[in-house]
Amino acid sequence: MEFKENRPSGAHDPVADNGQSAMARSTAELEQEFPKRHYLNSGYGVKSWLFTLDHKRIAILYLLSITAYFFLGGLAALVVRLNLLTPYSTFVRPEIYNRAFTMHGVMMVFFFLIPAIPAVLGNFLVPLMLGTKDLAFPKLNLLSWYLLVVGATLALLAMLVGGVDTGWTFYAPYSSIYANGYVVLTALGIFLAGFSSILTGLNFIITVHKMRAPGLTWFRLPLFIWSIYATSLIQVLATPVLAITILLLAVETIFKVGIFEPKLGGDPVLFQHLFWFYSHPAVYIMLLPGMAVMSELITCYSRKPIFGYKFVAFASLGIAVISFLVWGHHMFVSGQSPYAGIVFSFLSFLVAIPSAIKVFNWTATLYKGSIRLDAPMIYALCFIGLFLIGGLTGLYLASIAVDLHVTDTYFVVAHFHYVMVGATVSAFMGGIHFWWPKMTGRLYSDVWARVAAITLFVGFNLTFFPQFILGYQGMPRRYAIYAPEFQVLNVMSTAGATIMALGYLLPFFYLLSSLRNGKVAGPNPWRATGLEWQTSSPPTTFNFDTIPIVKVGPYAYNPAADEAEDARLELIETEKKLIEARNNLAVERASGDGLKKEDLDS
Amino acid sequence: MFDFLKWPETASTVAGQIDFVFNVLNAVTIFFTLLVVACVIYFVCKYRRGVKADRSNAPDEGLAIELTWTIVPGIICVFLFGLATYVYLQVVRTPAGAMEIYVVGKQWMWKVQHPEGRWAMNELHVPVGRKVKLTMISEDVIHSFFIPAFRVKQDVLPGRFSTLWFEATKVGQYHLFCAEYCGTKHSGMVGTVHVMEPADYEKWLSEGNAKDSMAARGEKLFRELGCGGCHGPGASVRAPMLNGLYNKPVPIQLPDGSTKVITADARYIMDSILLPEQEIAGGYKPIMPTFKNQINQEETLLLTEYIKSLGTANGSRNSAAAEPAMPGVAASENTTLASPSTSRPVNEPLAGATQKRDNGVPRSR
Repeated sequence: MEFKENRPSGAHDPVADNGQSAMARSTAELEQEFPKRHYLNSGYGVKSWLFTLDHKRIAILYLLSITAYFFLGGLAALVVRLNLLTPYSTFVRPEIYNRAFTMHGVMMVFFFLIPAIPAVLGNFLVPLMLGTKDLAFPKLNLLSWYLLVVGATLALLAMLVGGVDTGWTFYAPYSSIYANGYVVLTALGIFLAGFSSILTGLNFIITVHKMRAPGLTWFRLPLFIWSIYATSLIQVLATPVLAITILLLAVETIFKVGIFEPKLGGDPVLFQHLFWFYSHPAVYIMLLPGMAVMSELITCYSRKPIFGYKFVAFASLGIAVISFLVWGHHMFVSGQSPYAGIVFSFLSFLVAIPSAIKVFNWTATLYKGSIRLDAPMIYALCFIGLFLIGGLTGLYLASIAVDLHVTDTYFVVAHFHYVMVGATVSAFMGGIHFWWPKMTGRLYSDVWARVAAITLFVGFNLTFFPQFILGYQGMPRRYAIYAPEFQVLNVMSTAGATIMALGYLLPFFYLLSSLRNGKVAGPNPWRATGLEWQTSSPPTTFNFDTIPIVKVGPYAYNPAADEAEDARLELIETEKKLIEARNNLAVERASGDGLKKEDLDS
Repeated sequence: MFDFLKWPETASTVAGQIDFVFNVLNAVTIFFTLLVVACVIYFVCKYRRGVKADRSNAPDEGLAIELTWTIVPGIICVFLFGLATYVYLQVVRTPAGAMEIYVVGKQWMWKVQHPEGRWAMNELHVPVGRKVKLTMISEDVIHSFFIPAFRVKQDVLPGRFSTLWFEATKVGQYHLFCAEYCGTKHSGMVGTVHVMEPADYEKWLSEGNAKDSMAARGEKLFRELGCGGCHGPGASVRAPMLNGLYNKPVPIQLPDGSTKVITADARYIMDSILLPEQEIAGGYKPIMPTFKNQINQEETLLLTEYIKSLGTANGSRNSAAAEPAMPGVAASENTTLASPSTSRPVNEPLAGATQKRDNGVPRSR
């Protein structure tokens, strides 16, 4: 791709910049100048953030809020895992345990996983990758954030005043008639978060259709955009069904109108059909953005174009379409017709194919690459491993015969954690690390980041792999008290969770410390090809000084150019040494003249 | 030492088949995981930056290989689907001649009722080597009846029957779990399945709290409720005779005026008691009142069992000889409990039994 020179003004002009200084400065240092004007310093104060229409600032707002929700959900998980250390529910009473796993599920699914990648990375990157200055509807974008925050606040309020004990699935008639706690309040929170999701999806779809830079044809789009686009389609089409379901649930709870409760004339299986009609596609709302990040990371750190671009792109759309047709696989034992079950089973197997295509294409991209194992790449490789296990165990659950045994056990818990946490959160962390320099303009400690990635991988597997075994042995999910023979594996799981928690906490320290102490990143520290790397880091409020014109496809990585760049860097390195030597010489001379080094510095 | 990794007990005829499918899936999973992980590790080592390797002509597309890794997983998926569905069909079809046991789930216990009269809480007693069919219903929320050693599980719904069958192969005691979250003491809704020698089972049936058989108690209830006033011989009101009804095809009138023939199974009988306006027996008027708020699920089961005991037209007691091929279909998809009638003929003069017993006040459970 060709772009106009877009560096911060003055960066290339040592005379204008620092010409008076007696000390010469190397080209490299000059390239690493922190931009003077960028979206983070375009305004100060709370108001400049709460009323911002800048997609990048909204992304940061999302990042802060979902991080908070992730920690609240994590605290609930802590209660769950501590309680499962013994078979007798010794840490908390079952009433509290039930509320804890409900809070964990609600927080993580609706307020962390669903908004995580689309609302943070998507918001930040979609306009940058499209070479435009913002999303199509900036005000709608800000409204989406407010909806999420208000929704989460309502859900949290419900937790504070007494909690909910329905599980995140809210199965009726338990949730509508029999449950303890504040079901309607929590449901209202989820209802609002749903609209946040719908509006974000709508915004992305229109932006992708209407606001691509000149020359940026559909097949020149980064695969990140393809996957986010597929995600947005699901968000817009499936989430309204969640809203309807929640509304019906509220109507039954408040007005005692029989919708799901048989005693009032309702049908309890109807709730499950409606709920999973949204919530299965929602799994792909969580997973597809992870795949979006993957395609960017794998190509950049292999220095190669993606293998089979069109297959990967259409696999995203394929997954989005099939995701609407498989909800019944959550209900093989719920009393739906066996014939329906068989059809849903077949369709569920079909999802495996586009998922397999993606994994094989990422693997093939590594072939003959020039692979660097920086932290984001470690996260990406972790994604492949965890997604393989998570995805392949999906086949067990699609096989009705095996599902009869393992559904509603820890096998299912392990499976969806591998997909939604193992894969998606690895991708999210990889993405945050990859685009951190773009978002903040600073580099973090790569060593610490690699340590965190590996800690997370080890901890994750230790936590969730034993749960596959527990599930096959027959331990049902959502049990506060369990049979003593399941204890050893549960203790392993809790131990793993501790390691995993460490893997999540570490980035806090080195990422936050990078804001103050991190090296200046420069516009493109990874030498990546995307449009987002062609502007300053952090970008200015309107992203590009001049709208870029795109002439080639994405991922135009070129090992030969890399070598030239390496040679250039080596030259710079030499230049640095020379300058240093010259400066030293100057100092020596100066001291020979009876002057101190400090005088020279000033 | 590695007890915690122990394979779960295999104690039913279908458990082995399900384990077989599970192991085939394990093989596929391990193969593909190792394949991809090996490729990733190999490529990462071989093409690590700074390592000398032939990187010329690196491909970025290839139709042949794309089709290979689309079609091969596709074929494997179809094969796995076929295998799993084949086994599923063995599991889901209730075989002929299964003995019946009734299960009522409620927060937070299982009540197991044997037709012969004995009942137990949170204990299921079954003879080894005999096909057992459970007919289950919930009094409140959704529960799920799960016996890991048998590899079977079925949700137990309020307001409609679910069925589950198995044949135990090993004498012993096994876990019984509720697998669908049902409230505070969900994890306490557990019990034991006792698989016994047939002789021990017979002995057990006749001991303890054994009372009259379900059919006998059903008959008593039938009299108490005054059902015979319409359904008995010489009744003044024209209502279908119940002798020989069970498992016979009966014509019913649909609300839209058309007719259809269905099997008078347990589901039909229960619905006829609780929601009589749903499926009107052909040629009769929709005059039967509902007993929905007057009898509980257990009493419904007693009445059903009594009607069943009235035998077939030729006089023999008809057990499960003519089960529908897929009980699940009959038990769920045809059931539309969601539309209570708004035009129930409440003033018809046959609710005498109701008045006699309850004076119109719904009995509390």
